[in-house]
Amino acid sequence: MLRMILKRSLIAVPSLIGVIIVTFLLTRALPGDPAAYFAGPAATKEAIEQVRVKLGLDKPLIVQFGNYVADLARGDLGTSLTTGQPVATDIRNRLPASAELTLLGLIVSMLIAVPLGILAATKPGSLADHLCRVISTAGVSLPVFFTGLILVYVFYYLLGIAPAPLGRLDTFLSAPPRITGFYLIDSAIAGNGEVFVSSLKQLVLPAMTLAIFSLAPIARMTRASMLAVLASDFVRTARASGLSPATVIVTYAFRNAMIPVVTTLGMVFSFLLGANVLVEKVFAWPGIGSYAVEALVASDFAPLQGFVLTMAVMYVLLNLLIDILYGVIDPRVRIEA
Amino acid sequence: MTEIAANTPALPSPAGGGGSGMRPASGLIALLRHTRYVLSENPVTAFAAGLFLLIVIAAAFGPFIVPYDPYASNTAMALKPPSAAHWFGTDQLGRDVFSRVIVATQLDFFIAIASVALVFLMGGLAGVAAGFYGGWTDRIVGRIADTIMAFPLFVLAMGIVAALGNTVQNIILATAIVNFPLYARIARAEANVRREAGFVMAARLSGNSDARIVLAQVLPNIMPIMVVQMSLTMGYAILNAAGLSFIGLGVRPPTAEWGIMVAEGAAFMVSGEWWIAFFPGAALMVAVFCFNLLGDGLRDIVDPQRRT
Amino acid sequence: MTALPLLDVRDLTVEFTTRRGIVKAVQHVDVTVAKGETVAIVGESGSGKSVTSYAVMRILDRAGRIAEGSITFSGLDLRAADETEMRNLRGREMSMIFQNPRAALNPIRKVGRQIEDVLMQHAQAGSQDATAKAINLLEQVRIARPRERYHAYPFELSGGMCQRIVIALALACRPQLLIADEPTTGLDVTTQKTVMDLMVELTRQRGMSTILITHDLGLAATYCDRVTVMEKGHVVETATARAIFTAPEHAYTRRLMRATPRPGVSLRDLLPEDAARPTAQVLPISTDKTPLLAVEKLVKEYPRQGAAKSLKNLFRSGPSPEPETFRAVDGISFTVGRGESVGLVGESGCGKSTTSTIVMRLIDATDGLIQFDGEDIGAIPAKKFATLPIRKRIQMVFQDPTDSLNPRFTAARAIADPILRLGDVRGRDAVRTRCEELAQQVGLPVDLLDRFPHQLSGGQKARVGIARAIALRPELVILDEPTAALDVSVQAVVLNLLQELKESLGMSYLFVSHDLNVVRLLCDRVLVMRGGRIVEQGPTEKVLFAPEADYTRELLAAIPHPTFEQDKPLDHVRSA
Repeated sequence: MLRMILKRSLIAVPSLIGVIIVTFLLTRALPGDPAAYFAGPAATKEAIEQVRVKLGLDKPLIVQFGNYVADLARGDLGTSLTTGQPVATDIRNRLPASAELTLLGLIVSMLIAVPLGILAATKPGSLADHLCRVISTAGVSLPVFFTGLILVYVFYYLLGIAPAPLGRLDTFLSAPPRITGFYLIDSAIAGNGEVFVSSLKQLVLPAMTLAIFSLAPIARMTRASMLAVLASDFVRTARASGLSPATVIVTYAFRNAMIPVVTTLGMVFSFLLGANVLVEKVFAWPGIGSYAVEALVASDFAPLQGFVLTMAVMYVLLNLLIDILYGVIDPRVRIEA
Repeated sequence: MTEIAANTPALPSPAGGGGSGMRPASGLIALLRHTRYVLSENPVTAFAAGLFLLIVIAAAFGPFIVPYDPYASNTAMALKPPSAAHWFGTDQLGRDVFSRVIVATQLDFFIAIASVALVFLMGGLAGVAAGFYGGWTDRIVGRIADTIMAFPLFVLAMGIVAALGNTVQNIILATAIVNFPLYARIARAEANVRREAGFVMAARLSGNSDARIVLAQVLPNIMPIMVVQMSLTMGYAILNAAGLSFIGLGVRPPTAEWGIMVAEGAAFMVSGEWWIAFFPGAALMVAVFCFNLLGDGLRDIVDPQRRT
Repeated sequence: MTALPLLDVRDLTVEFTTRRGIVKAVQHVDVTVAKGETVAIVGESGSGKSVTSYAVMRILDRAGRIAEGSITFSGLDLRAADETEMRNLRGREMSMIFQNPRAALNPIRKVGRQIEDVLMQHAQAGSQDATAKAINLLEQVRIARPRERYHAYPFELSGGMCQRIVIALALACRPQLLIADEPTTGLDVTTQKTVMDLMVELTRQRGMSTILITHDLGLAATYCDRVTVMEKGHVVETATARAIFTAPEHAYTRRLMRATPRPGVSLRDLLPEDAARPTAQVLPISTDKTPLLAVEKLVKEYPRQGAAKSLKNLFRSGPSPEPETFRAVDGISFTVGRGESVGLVGESGCGKSTTSTIVMRLIDATDGLIQFDGEDIGAIPAKKFATLPIRKRIQMVFQDPTDSLNPRFTAARAIADPILRLGDVRGRDAVRTRCEELAQQVGLPVDLLDRFPHQLSGGQKARVGIARAIALRPELVILDEPTAALDVSVQAVVLNLLQELKESLGMSYLFVSHDLNVVRLLCDRVLVMRGGRIVEQGPTEKVLFAPEADYTRELLAAIPHPTFEQDKPLDHVRSA
């Protein structure tokens, strides 16, 4: 098992190298003068030259790349012009907000989509089956920012049961002492019920938006792979051996069906991390997505670059996690490693 | 049940025109006939096809048929809810939302078509080459695809457009690039399976060169799957482009484009002026939904054996 | 038989709801199985034999239902039984073995645990003794090192071993009835024999009844007491195995019997009695004594596990224990004379397909010489060979007629392909005429030429493949299991066609097959391969009737043929 994890981790290394090269190239691909970009729109000529020397943009490309990698190794992602803070610090401060939202969205969506997909596959033609079909076709057609806005209109403006879509907490409350950075967990640890309820209320709509968004691919994949497994020879053998429906579906079908679903999770994460940016903008959520959008508006390039890199590294690590999970479920992968 | 399938081995399928007199020359007619058959069998696909036609008409003639100038502001008429005069209401500058939604079709549709065509060329060819030739070609294409896949796709698209500049061309390019792995992988897998297929070996024995085998034997067999894929990614391409303009990349105001119109209307959602964001958002949704339905339907048309 | 039968199927009709309406897969079928009796249900694909057994187990898929008739199992009306009752019967009282053993086992569950699941379900074992019982069962199906294999996953075991696990599963609860659905299809003959012998031994020991579903009359007659023959959803004949073999009554049974290749018959005997004799104008065989094809010390090596290997080495210190390559073909030499048919026989993995692919010049050999008509074709790289004029002198008929036809090409286009590329016929009409000529030669109705592969039957597709192979008038044709995917009656026709074509066109054949009985019919000489080497070669009759190598003997012994066959079956067939 350890060897499999080690081997899988090694496979992630080229991806990380690729990510670093691409983010570097993106900086140099800036049309016009990168130094002018990094210096910001209001910079004077001298300031731009200063930035150029400071960033080493006057050196050959390969040296620049070496410096870039060296900076990354020190955790230096440059400085944000808008906040005046090092980008690494900004991202560290804002990452928990994005992670809390995305994870909650994913958990909610898994809790709904997987049982729904299984139900749809085991009972074709049933209500669950039709629901699953509608969700898998309609769900992928929903622009995530649009869903968010509709939810805001219905639950905030019309029904008035949701709080205003402005951040993680009611404006009159202050954040709980930071331990994990997840307000739900931190407030629970601090025993602050008021903050817990407020942050949960703020989370519900954006998390729902993300959940609705990722529901479709998970439900669709679960249904399809469950159908395929249920039609397979070994399930027929299990049935012909008189195994109870519960054993057949749980021990025989479900675990096998989860293998492709776990693989799909990689794709779902890719979509979720992207959708996260849009949802954060809709709900003014102070995560790294809205950080990137604010930087975009201000033509502040360093934060954006840091954001792309952070997202990519996180995604590579998530994929590594999925790979390992895959090995845990499937002995063929585990043993052949 | 295999026994049943074996019972009816040589049933003439509608795809082949079902009979002895069929000549290859009438393949197009047969395809049209089969299309009609599928549409009549499958009302959902027919509905999607009708919708698609509407989108095409709106894209082609939109600017000539809309009731108002989509860019003419009229502050006296600002923020009016939908009415007989303004079906979709008016926005904060008093522009007619209906006219803007219709006119926007052209730009969104163009972005989708162009990016899908671009990625089909890049990804499809690279994938077929990788799958058929293997070796170094395969490794290089695979490495490129893996590197792109290492990013969350929308985030990479953001990075590309931000780096290359805020233009429609760059949106198309970015959308094509992020879809590249998908196309390359599908084409690679399909070509790879067929590289070992008996009919490819037989073609080799018949004296076909590799290039001819790829073009005449492998590609036509992959096309159906690629076409379905194109239809399905059309939806994704529109969503991607709209998402980019929603956060301020690519198209800029006052251009009529669905994503940016939703962004402009977003602020008014909390104060109850829902129509400014709702109608462009709904148009976006309907278009994506149409492409997805059509993709499923196309699968039936091009490949009658793979009906679900 | 006065005692109540264990299983009594009467007037069974099974319907399937399909998009084209209701299809009756099985109609008015009667099958009885007495206690301790072994009954075979024999039929070609689509005969409804599997559907019948699924109906008995009540495991038809959703689209299927029992429309008429009754199924009585030891006095119990199975049609009326509810799902819970059926579940208690399945596995405990009646169990089933399926084709393709590897797929029949849960790929991600240890095989021992899968046996335990069944034992515990039917309360044959508690959590305390389940493991011991499962290991005991593995022992009974002769799995070596059962304690270790208990922890194995199906992908770590061979096909034959997987089938033994499936047998262990089926017999775990000592049921009264075992239904074996093509249990050995896809397994090598020697494996088939050990699996069948084991199955029969274990069921006899336990006094069980067995239904063997198979397409192979020989197998049925060897292992069963009675045989039920099915055709197109109907039972056409039920009789003792001996009667079926010696005096089949129904015309279809006779046809099936005749079509089954077996010792002592000629190719012609496989066809129905009323089949037209060919007006074969046999070409005089060339007197040229130099062989058409001469292969010398042919070697093909493959790297073992490519990339995974190098990564593994990162973690391993010292030299790796296995050699870096394995030899699929290990220094073989043989010749094929002009107008001669040579059979290349062996079980899966013996290197026969690799050999034929190299000779075909589709892949390059690692070492060795291939001479064709005096020319060293082994020296021409496979990549270049495709477009050379010599290409048209060596052609091939593929194993799977469906896979070897481009689904987007009509039959005419498929046959025309080699003509357009390498042939000397030019012009649309001339090519078409040549295609029609070829179609006539292979007995394909000309009006089928414009159909696509999915509109043709298996036999018709095989004919298209043959027409394509002979389109350039090749001198050497490699036949790669050309009938393995076909039903026996179609196989008989195709084999005869191949023989006629060889005689009338003066071609040489290299016939690759796993089936000695089939090879015997068509070939003058036979090469027996195992592990990349030729273990025996010689004239067909000699190799078959006086084999020298142990392996050849083993192969021959594994072919099922009933023991009562000595009393001149053919005379009975002819007189009946």
